Amino acid sequence: MIPAAFEYRRAGSTDEAVAWLAELGADARVLAGGQSLIPAMRYRFARPAVLIDINRVAELDYLRENGSLVLGALVRDSKLEHMPGLRARHPLIADVSVVVADPVVRQTATILGSLCHNDPTGDWPVAALAAGAEIVVRGAGGVRVVPIDDFLVDTFETAVADGELALEVRFPAPTERTSGAYQKIERKVGDFATAAAAAQLRLTADGTIAEVGIAIGAAGPKAVRVAAAEALLRGAAPTKDAIRAAGAEAEKLADPVGDARGSVAYKKAMAGVLVARALTVALERLGVGGLR
Amino acid sequence: MKISVTVNGTKYERDVEPRTLLVYFLREALGLTGAHVGCDSSSCGVCTVVLDGERAVKSCTMFAVQADGHAITTVEGLAQGGKLHPLQQAFWDCHGLQCGFCTPGMLMTSYVFLQRNPDPSEAEIRDALSGNLCRCTGYQNIVASVQQAAGVLRAEAAPAAEPVGA
Repeated sequence: MIPAAFEYRRAGSTDEAVAWLAELGADARVLAGGQSLIPAMRYRFARPAVLIDINRVAELDYLRENGSLVLGALVRDSKLEHMPGLRARHPLIADVSVVVADPVVRQTATILGSLCHNDPTGDWPVAALAAGAEIVVRGAGGVRVVPIDDFLVDTFETAVADGELALEVRFPAPTERTSGAYQKIERKVGDFATAAAAAQLRLTADGTIAEVGIAIGAAGPKAVRVAAAEALLRGAAPTKDAIRAAGAEAEKLADPVGDARGSVAYKKAMAGVLVARALTVALERLGVGGLR
Repeated sequence: MKISVTVNGTKYERDVEPRTLLVYFLREALGLTGAHVGCDSSSCGVCTVVLDGERAVKSCTMFAVQADGHAITTVEGLAQGGKLHPLQQAFWDCHGLQCGFCTPGMLMTSYVFLQRNPDPSEAEIRDALSGNLCRCTGYQNIVASVQQAAGVLRAEAAPAAEPVGA
């Protein structure tokens, strides 16, 4: 279908975009990559009266590494996919960057746009939870920094209020003895995920798990942190049994919808399997083997 | 809204509704029917065109107004001076098309991919084309075509070898 008619405004600066958003409130949507928004408009799931195109706002097209990996609103997935050395510094992010949608869509889709779309089967929300990301949001009242757990409110809903613009996402840089991994099952490239899981963990010098972030996607109304699995692993030795127990917590927590991609029971089981796999791969990347 | 878009080197100025998708602008306003409409939802890739010479985009999922001031290359812009582009020639030589419906998208995706990766492995080609569907399932020959084209383009890009014994 062709989208419903809308007014098109092309922002020349962040200030202009924020001013228009303040003026228009709920009538406006921001157009960045548009790879989710435009299909949503075509299916008439979204029907904004005004589209504010930020693609010419050069000041939103930046990527910085300053302790965190900082991605402005216009950083497209393919930028990460082809970024030298990313895999060594951010293995979880690198994993995600090659499995979002398909290689052509990734040349236009943006990371922040995916977070703002907050599709329950999206990849970036899952990874952002495991990595402990923060999103910087600007409104008429100024700038605020929102932790990812507060940012992902509900299906297609985030903490970005009417009149606000999401400016950037910050992924904390993994420190020493930190790694992560992303695992996803999809029927074919570009399909919505059947199940997905992300894990990032840090080991102490003696090899126990100091910190861990675990999240699953396609397992409920939004990507969700598996806090029970994190609690199990924090301070524990990275053993096969511990990983299996973490997977079991994910399976318990998962609340998927049964559809053509799989039954509820299958998707729950896969949430557990993928959490275990993500943990196994992350640990293997830290040189911890014998977990399979 | 009035937009100015350079398509295959020719500048076009047209009045478009903001909701006009780029693929319909190319096909209906400009009469360039090389970019096809397939799934119409960014899955199949038959509408793929090239933005500013360096980015493959699915033109069913971009508004024509977004292309204002940009350059678009469609399959019609690949051949130069009546000579097929090496990618087109390779698809011809290797039987890289059956019904031909997906071919423009395969060509435009490959065009950008080979700029970034001039000497790809078979696996890299398959990955690069994974957002372009061929319902004839002719992937084997499509991959072979891209491999051949990569070799031709590399040879063209290499400085001419000195004649032996000169």
